[in-house]
Amino acid sequence: MAEMRYREALGLALREEMHADERVFIMGEDIGVFQGAFKVTAGLLEEFGERRVRDTPISENTIVGMGVGAAMAGLRPIVELMTINFSLLALDQVVNCAASIRYMFGAQVAVPLVIRMPQGAGHQLGPTHSHCLEALYLHVPGLLVAVPSTPADARGLLKAAIRDDNPVVLIEHETLYGRRGEVDTDDDEPLRFGEAAVRREGSDVTIVGISRMAETALRAAEPLASEHAIEAEVIDPRTLRPLDLDTILESVRKTNRAVIVEEGWPHGGVGANIAALIQEQAFDWLDAPIGRVTGADVPMPYSRPLEAAAFPHEEHVVQAAIATFRGR
Amino acid sequence: MATEDASGGRGTSSTGVEPASGGRGPSSTGVEPASHSLPDRETCEAVLAKMLLIRRFEERAGEMYAKAKIGGFLHLCIGEEATIIGATQALRETDYVLSTYREHGQALARGTSPEAVMAELFGKAEGCSGGRGGSMHLFDSERRFLGGYGIVGANLPLAAGVALACDYSQTDDVTLCMSGDGATNQGTFGETMNLAALWSLPIVFMIINNQFGMGTALERHSAVTDLSRKAAGFGVPGSRCDGMDVLDVHATVTAALEKARGERAPQLVEAVTYRYRGHSMADPEDYRTKDEVTEWRSRDPLEAFPKRLVEEQALSQEDVDRLDEQAAKAVDAAVEFAEASPFPELASLYDDVYVVGEQVRNPWYSTDSRSPETHRGEQERDAGEVARELAEAGAAHEEETDPGTREARSRGEGG
Repeated sequence: MAEMRYREALGLALREEMHADERVFIMGEDIGVFQGAFKVTAGLLEEFGERRVRDTPISENTIVGMGVGAAMAGLRPIVELMTINFSLLALDQVVNCAASIRYMFGAQVAVPLVIRMPQGAGHQLGPTHSHCLEALYLHVPGLLVAVPSTPADARGLLKAAIRDDNPVVLIEHETLYGRRGEVDTDDDEPLRFGEAAVRREGSDVTIVGISRMAETALRAAEPLASEHAIEAEVIDPRTLRPLDLDTILESVRKTNRAVIVEEGWPHGGVGANIAALIQEQAFDWLDAPIGRVTGADVPMPYSRPLEAAAFPHEEHVVQAAIATFRGR
Repeated sequence: MATEDASGGRGTSSTGVEPASGGRGPSSTGVEPASHSLPDRETCEAVLAKMLLIRRFEERAGEMYAKAKIGGFLHLCIGEEATIIGATQALRETDYVLSTYREHGQALARGTSPEAVMAELFGKAEGCSGGRGGSMHLFDSERRFLGGYGIVGANLPLAAGVALACDYSQTDDVTLCMSGDGATNQGTFGETMNLAALWSLPIVFMIINNQFGMGTALERHSAVTDLSRKAAGFGVPGSRCDGMDVLDVHATVTAALEKARGERAPQLVEAVTYRYRGHSMADPEDYRTKDEVTEWRSRDPLEAFPKRLVEEQALSQEDVDRLDEQAAKAVDAAVEFAEASPFPELASLYDDVYVVGEQVRNPWYSTDSRSPETHRGEQERDAGEVARELAEAGAAHEEETDPGTREARSRGEGG
């Protein structure tokens, strides 16, 4: 076991998998000489050289497309994009190519590509650098989507993503990069996609937290227990495609209440999707309408107090959990 | 020789924008006619046979579309045969080719059987993409034909990625990426040229300039109309060839491939050509005049090339007729095969969305709105059964034309 930061855990996974497989290489904007916008790739250029750690021009659609092409021709590329907002320039390659190619060409080819990018508000980066868009990628058949929230999950899911033969969108979080956590560095086994983590057991309400909101939900569970005598069960799905719906349903059948917390927008969001699935498959177990806590339905503002008001905090989660106990 | 029916436009436009008349004729492109000597007899025969196969295949595909055997869009390459064959004949077997949605000819040129291509157009299980891709998305991994792409310019980054893999793996395979004139206006064009030059990738970009981006003429969509110059600013030098002259295309692409392969210097080749048919089958061709089409037809590679072969006694007229007959027979067989091939099983709907492995342990895991089950792990197949039954019921519903019966079925009555 070793304690390390989330960014270091990601860097470790990259290093381990690049050592294990010559076909793995990484490319992206400022990942080499600059050491990465968020320092995830720090030291990689020195260790692996320019053939395998490739600084690219600012051409998101093309570098993702080249990743797809290189994957089709037998390599295992990792593409780092600087933020999820920039990935919108590459949506054509992600949706029309990476996700579709295997299916539309009759399974003659696979696309073992990993696209990594951070998302999230909290650093006053305004409306073009702060959004949470995991719902966009969740929408697309053919992609796997991971949203790790701890250093151990970040390493385990990135290793799994690199070894898998499907295109994976791995969404990191800017606020989490500095978080410390225990990582079992002796264990080389990757995590499994589609296996949620129960972060806290509880009998009264199920709280599903997405990406950084898994952490926020866990913090909210403390005042819920100490001040409101509500024992929350906190679930971090860890991956959205595939989604471990069974663990969520099992919990809801126990607690009879559910709240989904995400940082992204409410309409067409991850919470909307999970709420639909819960009501389809566990309607009879629900004692209250499913609660959703989401980011505000606005482009992310720059000003500090406005930004803080635009994404969920513990208090929002506490209120939403309490609301499931009120008669409506 | 060429029996392709003229289908030129009406010569007038309802938009007020005059279709250029003769302004885009073959004499106005700035491409000087070349004078290459003929290759050996065997090569001449192989080249002509392939060009004939494409022409006859495309004509028949058009007929099959008119008979509703083929759905969706159908983009024919009639007129571009010399461009396609001149380029692909210059390749090694291990080189890669990526193309656009007008790519039946490229697949045939690389050796994909006419049966597999026609079956794909018919949406059949034995099509070269299993009926999943259709006319715009042909693929043949065995022959390193890595696809037709329905998004203009999308194949450029993909091709550069393939070239990157070749370079990374230290092979001397080259990637030939074919795009249309319209693709030179996409952002991926400049981005890809820059990256290809920056990383010294073994790639040749071929711009098939057929004078139109869909219905918008070259001079109305590109400020620079000599497209061979368009990548130079990004570090990719260009050359032009006469796309109606198979030998000129071959010579130009051969030289470009040599530079890309040997010197790791990416190249661009513009082939100036013309498509005789509309952009797709759904094209009234208001944007050009019949005279213009006729003028280009006077340079039809399937008139000019065999005529020259006979004149220079490389082949006899009997040889030419025999090759044409063989092409027609191959296409007959392709139609027969496509007709007989089954449609894909409805139960295969969810297959191959994912590679089954550690992270996706079943053919599909998704939650389908038509199936009320929980989908994960081993329950997946059962849920697939439910989805299949519902899909079959849906298909039966679609085929039922009587509104009363359809309504009854919707209510769950009568089958």
